[in-house]
Amino acid sequence: MISKEEVQHIAKLARLGLSSAEIKKLQGELSKILDYVEKLKEVDIAGVEPMSHSVLVENIMREDRIDEKRKLQNGKFLELALNSEKGYLKVKSILK
Amino acid sequence: MELENLTIGQIHQGLIKKDFSALELCRSYLDRIKKKDKAISSYLTVSENLALSQAEEVDKMINLSSEIPLLAGVPCAIKDNILVKDLKCTASSKILENYIAPYDATVIEKLKQEGVIILGKTNLDEFAMGSSTENSAFGPTKNPHDLKRVPGGSSGGSAAAVAADLSSFALGSDTGGSIRQPASFCGVVGLKPTYGAVSRYGLISLASSLDQIGPLAKTIEDAKIIFNAIKGKDLLDSTSAEVQSSSHLITQSIGDLVIGVPKEYFIKGMDPEVEKVIRGAIKKYEEVGAEIKEVSLPHTEYALPCYYIILPSEASANLARYDGIKYGYSERARSKGILDIYFSSRGEGFGEEVRRRIMLGTHALSSGYYEAYYLQAQKIRTLIKEDFNNAFKTVDIILAPVTPTPAFKLGEKIDDPLSMYLSDIFSVAVNLAGLPALSLPVGKIIDKDSGSELPLGLQIIGKPFEENKILEVGALFEQ
Repeated sequence: MISKEEVQHIAKLARLGLSSAEIKKLQGELSKILDYVEKLKEVDIAGVEPMSHSVLVENIMREDRIDEKRKLQNGKFLELALNSEKGYLKVKSILK
Repeated sequence: MELENLTIGQIHQGLIKKDFSALELCRSYLDRIKKKDKAISSYLTVSENLALSQAEEVDKMINLSSEIPLLAGVPCAIKDNILVKDLKCTASSKILENYIAPYDATVIEKLKQEGVIILGKTNLDEFAMGSSTENSAFGPTKNPHDLKRVPGGSSGGSAAAVAADLSSFALGSDTGGSIRQPASFCGVVGLKPTYGAVSRYGLISLASSLDQIGPLAKTIEDAKIIFNAIKGKDLLDSTSAEVQSSSHLITQSIGDLVIGVPKEYFIKGMDPEVEKVIRGAIKKYEEVGAEIKEVSLPHTEYALPCYYIILPSEASANLARYDGIKYGYSERARSKGILDIYFSSRGEGFGEEVRRRIMLGTHALSSGYYEAYYLQAQKIRTLIKEDFNNAFKTVDIILAPVTPTPAFKLGEKIDDPLSMYLSDIFSVAVNLAGLPALSLPVGKIIDKDSGSELPLGLQIIGKPFEENKILEVGALFEQ
């Protein structure tokens, strides 16, 4: 079973603020799911290549030029943000 | 004239012959949504103004020329994780409850060029994580065949809207069965295209190596028309590809068709009623001359655990963008520093299942666990794909159930995540292998308690980019 400290550690990595009741609940739920996926360890994977996509993925290259048709008004994105100033997103101070 | 149950072809004919106008058709759907959707809750947003203005445009087009695109004037519904410019796009999450899409997804751009009428946005499990549409922050959708049951998920709103004649067709997305399973539960046709066949640009990402957009429709013919309208390579999605047109069945007669039935999809403990319906459907193909052959997909039992490592891993990375700053729900006002904004906005904004999967994925990708979980799962994914490659050496298509049961009751599985996950057991392997698959309504199971007739789908799985073949095999059954 996954420990409470491990669940707290994962929540921290995932940037999820969780209450202690939620941590406790997740401890049980994650343990159950991890027990279930444990099954994967019985498969012999010697010499098998990992697969990330079912199709060959290639980069699409284009000229480094702005497509005016696709260009969105800067304001349209900033409207979605809660706090902006002079065309920039405004966040709380990062450095003390 | 009943306007709400017409196929795309019938709508097209009706518009050209001026039996009805696009505006009349659009209004009749909007009225029906107003009257009927309170009980079903398939729509999150009804885009009345957009729909009416699109209908007026189509009527203008018809007055100028009788040559209009097949989809012009056809009313449709869009899953609320696909962006339609200037409409709200929530992914059924509190974290996006006020998000207005700033651009159109590629599929929407293509449908708009065809002149479709967009009636609104449909309900889903939050960020498409779920199999019942109960994980929506805005309440569950009900199955039109039995309001006490789930429509399936995550494209439950889309499937229910088509089943209840609240839309002519709908778009959904399928990451592990999210088009096919609700199509099966609601008795409509659902197509999950080959990975890459349809552009994902403008689809809110769940698991980028698995997600595909596809149609939910009343008939195979309708599904085919919609698929042809939305498919194709898109420079804005590097995983999209041109669908080869050489994959038609037309040259092949039914007598030459070899159908594979994987023995691992008919397991002990399977609902006997489901097995009866699926076996009966397969028998019909045998009766008209197809050769039925048992095949083996030996790694089938590992598909679901493999999926539940790969999906949360990709999802945890994709959902890192919801930070309470750029857009969406924010606890900014009550937070002390920037980290605090992340923790509180994400903790409050995401629902329970989303938090669970982010946690699972973060764990599987974290230092010390990556190789044991994620890398192991990626290797098993290779074996699952090879199973299908081997089977397709001797058969043309594969037939299997979509789901182990018909629609279950609301609340039945919601408190037990693992039992909910198990309802995807027959659908996830197809996504891991990137194959096209269809859910076709082939029978009904009568619930002994309520007497309601619960639809059930047959899954028709094809080789990559052979959508046309699986659609034609499906059409044989419809006939």
